[in-house]
Amino acid sequence: MNLSPDQIIFWQYGFFKLNATILYTWGLMCVLVVGSILVTRKLSLEIQRTRWQNLLEIIVTGIEKQIEEVGLTHPRKYIGFLGTLFLFVAMASLFTIVPGYEPPTGSLSTTAALALCVFVAVPLFGIEAGGLGEYLEEYVKPTVIMLPFNIIGEFSRTLALAARLFGNMMSGTMILAILLTITPYLLPIAMSVLGLLTGMVQAYIFSILATVYIAAATRASKPKPESDATPAK
Amino acid sequence: MLIDWFTVIAQIVNFLILVWLLKRFLYKPILNAIDTREKKIAKELADADLKKAEALKERDEFQHKNEEFDRHRATLMSKVTQEAQTERQRLLEEAREAADTLSAKRHAALLSDAHTLNQTLRQRTQQEVFSIARKALTDLAAASLEERMTGVFIRRLYELDEQVKKNLGETFKTASAPALLHSAFDLPEPQRAAIQKALNETFSADISLRFETAPHLVSGIELSANGQKIAWSISDYLAALGKSVDELLKEKDKAEAEAQAKPEAAPKST
Repeated sequence: MNLSPDQIIFWQYGFFKLNATILYTWGLMCVLVVGSILVTRKLSLEIQRTRWQNLLEIIVTGIEKQIEEVGLTHPRKYIGFLGTLFLFVAMASLFTIVPGYEPPTGSLSTTAALALCVFVAVPLFGIEAGGLGEYLEEYVKPTVIMLPFNIIGEFSRTLALAARLFGNMMSGTMILAILLTITPYLLPIAMSVLGLLTGMVQAYIFSILATVYIAAATRASKPKPESDATPAK
Repeated sequence: MLIDWFTVIAQIVNFLILVWLLKRFLYKPILNAIDTREKKIAKELADADLKKAEALKERDEFQHKNEEFDRHRATLMSKVTQEAQTERQRLLEEAREAADTLSAKRHAALLSDAHTLNQTLRQRTQQEVFSIARKALTDLAAASLEERMTGVFIRRLYELDEQVKKNLGETFKTASAPALLHSAFDLPEPQRAAIQKALNETFSADISLRFETAPHLVSGIELSANGQKIAWSISDYLAALGKSVDELLKEKDKAEAEAQAKPEAAPKST
């Protein structure tokens, strides 16, 4: 039994390899990008518009609103990064209804990659917003004693991000696979529905946590929100 | 080992590419479309507000004009009403005056008619009475009546006041023409002589007399000279009768006029 789609390797040449994670990621990217191109190719600027355009508008404005609610005053600057995080994770979960599909987020490599992206993006956005000095100053607040704890916190939360998403997605797939061998028919369907819900919740948690980290880094005047205070599964 | 570092690097690259692609093909066009639409809606709303404001302004203007028109109309109406009232008053006054004039004329005409009728009645009565009396007296008139009349005339002559006697005597004496003696009938000679004698005795003078017949006297004798007159005739009595009848009628007219004036005056006082 494979714990991760990384272990399904289609092609390998030394260090380079093509596994299921990368392949399914490309598939998801294709679906997202081609779908967006198809819908936005003929956008209506009038009151009347297509259903697909309406759907995308709801999704985009919903994401924008969520980012704004967390406390980022210019959501459009961050929507590219945060919105893509959410959409990618959500789509990865959603496609679990397709038989034979393995979610790329069920691979610790993918979740680690996403967490690393957040890990790099948070200081970048923070420095862009308030300058390097102000960003670094956050680490010695309220006292210098807090500096190591802050640094540890920075790493640990990245690890938590990666592990949380991986654990949830992997467990969902694993439970489904185990259940299929024990009780076929009804129970796997119920578990599949539950897995969809879990996947959506995870997508929301992952992106909202990233938003909270960025918000905390960009607003130096405000106390840093505790990452562990946010509800996480 | 759960983490495959090549996959991690590949996934980071994949994710960054996806971010760029979605920014390019999803977020930017969708957000631009939303912005454009919102601007359009805002513009349309602003236009609508402007139009509404204009409409309100026009409505206010119209209302104002309407009010002015109403006021003007009311002023004209009141003016016209007042004029009509004045005209009505004037016409009523004219009509009343005309009615008063007519009424007065009619009253005068009625009075005149009544007067004429009275006159006629009086004359007719007089004539009737006279004719009856004349007829009766004519039927009775005979030598004996003429004699009685002559007797009465003579007695009157003797019964005259001293002053009157004196005056008449003077008149007769100084008269150039002979005194006239009118009688209804031609007096027979003995009576003429008796009258002559009585005259002569009364005035102690020789008075020349001329006898004439005057049927209007009905029955009686009248002596006149130089404007002075002494007479006794039924005509006199009849005249006296006529006079008393006239007075009676006049009193009656007066009473009627007063009776009419009272009910007319009564409604005016209320």
